[in-house]
Amino acid sequence: MAYTITEKILLAHTDKKSVAPGDFIYARIDLALGNDITAPIAIQEFEATGAMKVFDRRKIALVPDHFTPAKDKKSAEQANVLARFAKKHKIINYFEVGRMGVEHALLPEIGLVGPGDLIIGADSHTCTYGALGAFSTGIGSTDLAAGFITGCVWLKVPETIKFVYSGKLKPWVGGKDLILHTIGGIGVDGALYMAMEFQGEAIKALSMDDRFSMCNMAIEAGGKSGIIEPDEITEKYIRSEGRKVKGVFYKSDEGARYRKVIEYDVSKIEPQVSAPHLPSNSAPVSRFKKINIDQSIIGSCTNGRISDLRVAAKILKGKKVNSRVRLIIIPATQKVYSQAVKEGLADIFLNAGGVFSTPSCGPCLGGHLGILASGEKAIATTNRNFRGRMGHPDSEVYLSNPAVAAASAIKGRIAHPGEI
Amino acid sequence: MIFCPTSQVAQLGNLRSWTGKEMYMKFKGKVWKFKDDVNTDEIIPARYLNTIDPKELGSHCMEDIDKDFSKKISKGDIIVAGKNFGCGSSREHAQISIKGAGISCVIAESFARIFLRNAINMGLPILEIEDIRGIKEGDYLEVDLSSGSVMDLTEHKEHKAKSLPKFIQEIIKSGGLLNWIKRRKLDAKQAE
Repeated sequence: MAYTITEKILLAHTDKKSVAPGDFIYARIDLALGNDITAPIAIQEFEATGAMKVFDRRKIALVPDHFTPAKDKKSAEQANVLARFAKKHKIINYFEVGRMGVEHALLPEIGLVGPGDLIIGADSHTCTYGALGAFSTGIGSTDLAAGFITGCVWLKVPETIKFVYSGKLKPWVGGKDLILHTIGGIGVDGALYMAMEFQGEAIKALSMDDRFSMCNMAIEAGGKSGIIEPDEITEKYIRSEGRKVKGVFYKSDEGARYRKVIEYDVSKIEPQVSAPHLPSNSAPVSRFKKINIDQSIIGSCTNGRISDLRVAAKILKGKKVNSRVRLIIIPATQKVYSQAVKEGLADIFLNAGGVFSTPSCGPCLGGHLGILASGEKAIATTNRNFRGRMGHPDSEVYLSNPAVAAASAIKGRIAHPGEI
Repeated sequence: MIFCPTSQVAQLGNLRSWTGKEMYMKFKGKVWKFKDDVNTDEIIPARYLNTIDPKELGSHCMEDIDKDFSKKISKGDIIVAGKNFGCGSSREHAQISIKGAGISCVIAESFARIFLRNAINMGLPILEIEDIRGIKEGDYLEVDLSSGSVMDLTEHKEHKAKSLPKFIQEIIKSGGLLNWIKRRKLDAKQAE
């Protein structure tokens, strides 16, 4: 029987002899993740069942990253629910402000997720870890409560769509552009209930940070997961974080079955921008040059990693942010923050007239640190541009890569990085 | 064929929003229609995610699409939407908000994945029907969850909901995911 990488990982987490798309399985999990928005409901449900113990205190991660450092009293109460639960159940992987980072940047960085793992997270962008060759998917708080108790999750084995990217990337084009272009082609429900497997020479050449950006947005096409076969770049990434390489490097078999195969020549893809109010409204950046912006956000679980900040700094060095524009840069983790300071990136941002903030999901979901007023427009390296996502329902969010967001901050309108 | 959670769902923690067991299998309500791709930021904007109180979340349900939605609807009313309902975040505040507002069930052409599993796990009745174009805003529907019948009382037309896979029906029959787990544990003990 020929399997896809996704089917192999799922099979390895059950006692079954075989799996096929459409099968319902009850699978063992390697990590269950919750944040300050979703974990309080899970904890309430966990306690309502009368459960006394979590399945494994080492396999739960609690990351208060959305409305933290607490933006108001209610948020503080919610975050406090996590802190108390972590203390009560001696959960090792609880990350207080100061050690915290945006969950989907933090967990790979500290090695809590790795190749071959099965991870559930009560956050839709949990699909990010597929970049490491893991099966990783977003679930709800009730699933998380069930996971806390049993260490298992019910799943339907998904069909897989294979996306094959050939050719060489143009300058200023990265993983974010590939995924925006892909979502634009298949639509926001184009991969509904399915696994998205990214393959091809262009993927092989992508850095881990770019791979994280791609898998992070699988959910924006309705996908259950995004996944990339782990390779020497994955291995190098794990080693560079100072860890031993462990886990299983699964590969899809020749002859594995796919729902469909979609091919792209990446040498034709320009930096992309997704217009309001759906991530699927993507088109080359050149079509948006008349859009004036009020704010530029660089950060989030999609593009708040060190290479994202480096590319932004390359463009902003010695330049000034347009007088009408607010540039807000939010490193995804403490480590990224510290690295950006060491490399002088923070100085570049500050000298340009930008803000350099502590890690948080911040404005991405309209929480804090850069909410939009009525009629305002933002370019953002985040992952969703739904109506009202970043603030007032009459504000607008355009999605892009960090280079486009930096160039746009300087020009005061959506701009191609080549214009700087 | 079971299409919806049984009354046991109401016993799940503090999330209960229904009383009266009869309500579960059949309900009548007025239709509020929505477009394709209604996302979780529209169902309950993130600015309200600093609470999990059903009443408060219910009072902001759908407010960025229609700011008076929660005031206009009556208890038991029904949401009818196009495809990919509930796309976006994993927040169960969406289901809590819909239930908290008093909506009895959601009918759509399709549901986004995490919304679908949260509804199953939490006991928010959902039904998929092929084509919602025949149903108009303001129509009165009578929904029978055990048969999957969606009767449009205004148009005198019946729509049939798609049946759910057996595995999902089991979770629903148990009264949601946590009860399903409890029952399995009990079964395991009995087996010993």
